[in-house]
Amino acid sequence: MVRDGDVIALEGFTHLIPFAAGHEIIRQGRCSLTLIRMTPDLIYDQLIGAGCASKLIFSWGGNPGVGSLHRLRDAVENNWPSPLAIEEHDHAGMAAAYAAGASNLPFGLLRGYLGTDLPKYNSRIKFVECPFTGERLAAVPAIRPDVSIIHAQKADRRGNVQLWGVVGVQKEAVLAARRAIATVEEIVDRLDAPPNAVVLPSWIIGAVCEVKGGAFPSYAQGYYSRDNAFYKQWDQISREREGFQAWIERHIMGTKDFEGFRRSLNQVASHA
Amino acid sequence: MPENRYTSDEMMTVAAARMLRNGTVCFVGIGLPSAAANLARLTHAPDVVLIYESGPIGTKPAVLPLSIGDGELAETADTVVPLGEIFSYWLTGGRIDFGFLGGAQIDRFANLNTTVIGDYHKPSVRLPGAGGAPEIAISAKEVLITLRQNKRSFVEKVDFVTSPGHLDGGDARRRMGFPGKGPIAVITDLGVLTPEPVTKELTLTSIHPGVAVEQVIESTGWPLKLASQLSITEAPSANELGALRDLNERTARAHA
Repeated sequence: MVRDGDVIALEGFTHLIPFAAGHEIIRQGRCSLTLIRMTPDLIYDQLIGAGCASKLIFSWGGNPGVGSLHRLRDAVENNWPSPLAIEEHDHAGMAAAYAAGASNLPFGLLRGYLGTDLPKYNSRIKFVECPFTGERLAAVPAIRPDVSIIHAQKADRRGNVQLWGVVGVQKEAVLAARRAIATVEEIVDRLDAPPNAVVLPSWIIGAVCEVKGGAFPSYAQGYYSRDNAFYKQWDQISREREGFQAWIERHIMGTKDFEGFRRSLNQVASHA
Repeated sequence: MPENRYTSDEMMTVAAARMLRNGTVCFVGIGLPSAAANLARLTHAPDVVLIYESGPIGTKPAVLPLSIGDGELAETADTVVPLGEIFSYWLTGGRIDFGFLGGAQIDRFANLNTTVIGDYHKPSVRLPGAGGAPEIAISAKEVLITLRQNKRSFVEKVDFVTSPGHLDGGDARRRMGFPGKGPIAVITDLGVLTPEPVTKELTLTSIHPGVAVEQVIESTGWPLKLASQLSITEAPSANELGALRDLNERTARAHA
């Protein structure tokens, strides 16, 4: 469902990051993608280093709690493996842009960006005057991905998808997209979700795939916690181009699916 | 380390924690602010309401989160709301008493940089970027800032304004129409700086025990003004130090 040149969003704010789906995009050799994500995290560092991306739209680009995203920096600063255009926002701006996309409105509105240097370097941040009070407010264009991908805890057999915990902007990302994919920890007979739970009905999602552990090394509330050790290891794995390429070749290109990837990583760990 | 000895980082965290009043609502940044806010909750401010940008409201983590969206924050919160709602209803809606921020660079009017050192297109150091900080700086009723003080971090002019403090000073924030008062204190490992009431220039108002005034001046990238009545920060109490060290130990164990 992801094609070369698409604008895609893999969302999940620290939690429920769709790593398995991201790896599959790398395996399929997709290229020239515009990647949208508030926090690129390791998943976009991997996609960027693997040469899948030509543009990144983001609002916080670090390895959370650890440091820099080396592949992102190498692409921006040295055009390796290919040039990467960046469009930089802040969280409130991107949240407003996703909400506008989900609402089919042309732009998101917020009291923000004023006094910051971001609008100087991002021409897509503009200001408008409130027609009622005259207040100056920021406007950001709606985010409308070709494809949004999320990872969730559960789906039922009809394809209704449920997530909980830190739910980020996943609902908005799915509703803003032309096509949506969800990977889930498990498919169950019935969700038995309380009436106000975050449930994305089957008819707004194009495909649901069961991928146990599909958010590793991020976490899935109620299933497994964040693998902080891997986040720290990534700093070393990704630091040099050669080491990164060897890792991608061995663990992603050299495996058939996410289960294979996890087995491949475990082999390294057991020999360490 | 004996009971009565402490590091400059511990002094900084304790001094920052003391700024948070019990019963207030605090929007917490990751890193140093998160340590200080949780220390406040574990000592003098048990009823402080901590909010993180990932959505947890009223969170009471037993260990410090490594990332802003750790499960621990969600599990111990009164409620977890979607990310868009945190910024729209809760922050812009005017529910936040204190925004608690850190940064890589700060200037004499408490503008913060977490984006780049050097030129934006050819940076010497590329930092993660804005995250939620700009709107916290704009809309929280008051802002507290904590970071280590040296000539690289305390500069005449930041290379990039990520989060506006008092802009170019005076009533600049009012002219921009910002709802919040902006930074009221900057707590460092050397002392506490507060904006001069009229010019809004950061002025050294308190110095930590054992720190020389010259050291603070030398660690500041602009000619630092001193308050006419310079006070000395109260050293960390045994209770404060114990709570901080327990918290750090639990955190180290959990993230090992």
